[in-house]
Amino acid sequence: MKVAVVVFPGSNCDRDMFHVLTDVFNFETQYFWHQDKLPNNIDAVILPGGFSYGDRLRAGVIAANSPIISSVKKLANSGTPILGVCNGFQILVESELLPGVLLKNTSLNFMCEWTNLIVNNNNTPFTNKLKVGQKIPIPIANGEGRYFADKKLLSELKNNNQIVFSYQNRVNGSTEQIAGICNKDGNVVGMMPHPERAAEAIINPVDYKPSSLIFESLLKTLGVKN
Amino acid sequence: MSLQEHEIKHVKKIIGRKLTKTELEILAAEWSEHCSYKSSKIHLKMLPMTGKNVIVEKGYDSGVLDVGDGYVVTVHIESHNHPSAVEPFGGAGTGVGGVIRDILSAGTRPIAIFDGLRFGNIENDKHARWLFKNAVSGIANYGNCLGIPTIGGEVEFDDCYKNYALVDVAAIGFGKKTNLIKNHASVGDIVVLIGGSTGRDGIGGSQFASDSLETEDRSAIQIPDPFIEKLIIEAIIEARNEHCINAMKDLGGGGLSCAISETAESLGIGIELNVNDVHTRESGLFPHEIMISESQERMLVITNKKKLQKLKKICDKFRIRCSTIGHVTENKMMHVKDGQKTIAQLPAEFVARAPLLDRMKSKPKYLDHLKHEKKKKKILNYSDVILKLLSSPNIASKHWVFRQYDHEVGIRTVIKPGFDASVLRLDNDKFLSAKIDGNPKHCYIDPRNGAIGCFEEACRNIVCTGANPIGMVDHLQFGNPENPEIFWTFMESIEGLTEFAKFLRIPCVGGKVSFYNETPSGPIKPTPLIGVLGIMDEPLLPLPPTTGDYLVIIGETKNELGGSEYFEYIHKFIGGNCPIVNFKDSKINMLSVLSLIKNKLVKSVHDCSKGGFSIALSEISIFGKIGCDVNLDKIPTNDDIDYETLLFSESHSRYLLSVDKKNIEMLKQYLTKKKVQFGILGKFSGDQIKMRHNSKYISKYSVSIAQKKYFNALEDLLNHG
Repeated sequence: MKVAVVVFPGSNCDRDMFHVLTDVFNFETQYFWHQDKLPNNIDAVILPGGFSYGDRLRAGVIAANSPIISSVKKLANSGTPILGVCNGFQILVESELLPGVLLKNTSLNFMCEWTNLIVNNNNTPFTNKLKVGQKIPIPIANGEGRYFADKKLLSELKNNNQIVFSYQNRVNGSTEQIAGICNKDGNVVGMMPHPERAAEAIINPVDYKPSSLIFESLLKTLGVKN
Repeated sequence: MSLQEHEIKHVKKIIGRKLTKTELEILAAEWSEHCSYKSSKIHLKMLPMTGKNVIVEKGYDSGVLDVGDGYVVTVHIESHNHPSAVEPFGGAGTGVGGVIRDILSAGTRPIAIFDGLRFGNIENDKHARWLFKNAVSGIANYGNCLGIPTIGGEVEFDDCYKNYALVDVAAIGFGKKTNLIKNHASVGDIVVLIGGSTGRDGIGGSQFASDSLETEDRSAIQIPDPFIEKLIIEAIIEARNEHCINAMKDLGGGGLSCAISETAESLGIGIELNVNDVHTRESGLFPHEIMISESQERMLVITNKKKLQKLKKICDKFRIRCSTIGHVTENKMMHVKDGQKTIAQLPAEFVARAPLLDRMKSKPKYLDHLKHEKKKKKILNYSDVILKLLSSPNIASKHWVFRQYDHEVGIRTVIKPGFDASVLRLDNDKFLSAKIDGNPKHCYIDPRNGAIGCFEEACRNIVCTGANPIGMVDHLQFGNPENPEIFWTFMESIEGLTEFAKFLRIPCVGGKVSFYNETPSGPIKPTPLIGVLGIMDEPLLPLPPTTGDYLVIIGETKNELGGSEYFEYIHKFIGGNCPIVNFKDSKINMLSVLSLIKNKLVKSVHDCSKGGFSIALSEISIFGKIGCDVNLDKIPTNDDIDYETLLFSESHSRYLLSVDKKNIEMLKQYLTKKKVQFGILGKFSGDQIKMRHNSKYISKYSVSIAQKKYFNALEDLLNHG
């Protein structure tokens, strides 16, 4: 099993993600620069957080046009698990691998704080070890994290069970407190909060186990596959 | 142009010819107070700068501490006051950028940022509020984009900063000892300039910062681009790993002039460069503008011909510019050419070493006129006073500020911002604790003891997390040093800091002096800011007190209300006795607290400082969501003092501990044996904070009201004020 962590100019959670994948969960992990192509033997792709291209124009929009995105799309279409966290989620939305849009938080400020997520869909490669309704203590850190879907999209998301995580409380004004979604097939997941910042006891002031289950879910997914 | 008469004489004597326009501009920049430390340099030597953990190398802009197992921590502190007072968003942002590059130039990766922010009274001054909001956004915009967590700092408001701003930034780096850049250069080595392009921003910035702030000189202010800085960090670290860097220096104040002359001087080499080879943002820049522009996000690197191709390839990968601008020569000259024409040629040492000054000092008259304590207005309800203090801008939670900073990125942040010191985990399984502290109210009344107090407070905060202080950085901020009264306050501060650093054997590993912090309405209060680093094997992860736990105070409370928030915010009174650190007690108390933590006899330790005992206790209850019933008569004191002083005095060396009842006897025995002054003040329980004096409750308020005041006050003021 081989997990790719994609690095764009301005990514800044790539090393954190790499650390958690390799040192905490023993994944075989490899960095890929945005100009690389992803080989076919990749079993999962993670787009980490950060400020790709300094958030110029709009968060994630320039990265969504990077050369590597065409291989990400190819893998996504073949059912490979893809996870976008924070800026990675913004990139997935901008590259139309996920629907909807991410707007500025209603506070109009960058917000870094611990929140609680509620699991809505445990039928994705990243949530299959979690329970529906389970609470995940996890930090957010973003300025443009307010997920917005219009009525039509929202009913589609609901009908297809595409809402993966929602915030327990109103955090940033996102539609129905949505924090993470997946594509129709469920293999592409995007979330604004940072699971890699919550999966170790020493840095998680509440409980690191729920967030760990996101990574353990991927282990299970890849284990089944192999 | 700011060369002074004695400097012109010095030039005549050493150089013996008329200087070119470019040479004059180079000297004016490099010999500015900001770059040359000409007023302070001869005095800074008194600080102890060596110690068993201190690593000293040529040409470092940051202090380096060995933290064991082959790892080092680097640290630096700077301010960006003048620019932030004119353009707070850009000024504060570029302030972050400059310090980060100092950390990077040692070859270490920046892992944390701290900010000390000071403005006028935001309760009634809209301009101060604007400066504050925008400085915070500027720091957030810059630090967040870099992916370096901003994990602590301070915010303070005082009338002395009206129409002005102090933006201090400290940064910490971490890396392997073997990756430190050992600055060296040989004749024929290549000098390259990496990063942002040189433009007309920041022209004369260091001279601008070396005079009192009277005009809005916008061209002297730099423009931030954190994205370029992020690319530079990654490119430099990759180049470091590939061994492409022989020597490196950040471009800050004084731009190329300063970086070239100081690098040449510290390495004992000459550098010849051509301004035509510098990549610029616009055409038509004059050669002298290229030499003194303070455009941001630039690094000077010395490499050799063999490594140059690899270095260029790395820069290409990150799409940052890398221009070969010159080479290393033998003659120890700084030689600047414009095409074929020589436009400046001066000995590097001559440029880098401005003639130093031994300024006059005299004790300020205001100190004699400071009022002694007078009969204060009668307080009818102490609960109201405590709640008022809890919601005052200087004491209320700064959650609104640090929420805007990414303080989690890097996944090292064990103790998050908002309480005492912040704690980071390091790769060698050790933990680093860091804190910055300043207190202009104390320093104004007593510059020497005020400065020592800031230092002790930072140490106390480190101790509260279980760490042993191993190094300090100081940032000394004052008004115009040409005024002997101001210079006296500077000398008092530095002497005090030296005395305490020597006593505790904590080396000063870096620092900065910033003078001319004044506007037409006057100088700022003396504002030394002290940063302290500590290291430990295991941090105290504080547990909230639960019902039945004891509240214990360590340290003596004295009649020291001078400069307190109580005097200044409640009574609008400046004067009285400034808290004085008793060195011996300070040390015993620190060691005792560390020992109690190590032996797991305490659940949490909180520093007692701004606002005094009543505020420190309220904070514990607010964070622990539990009430406390306290007998003030048990607070140790040798002075004959009233309970008002017990509540609000800001005496140093005091700690509040919460202790499980099963440990209270052992704790008592230990502290008695060590002859530490302590008192068991009461127990945690219920939802009220209650304080008794002579068996009578003099103050009683609910934890939930205190919480509301403490957490909402600043945000309410900014949103609706």
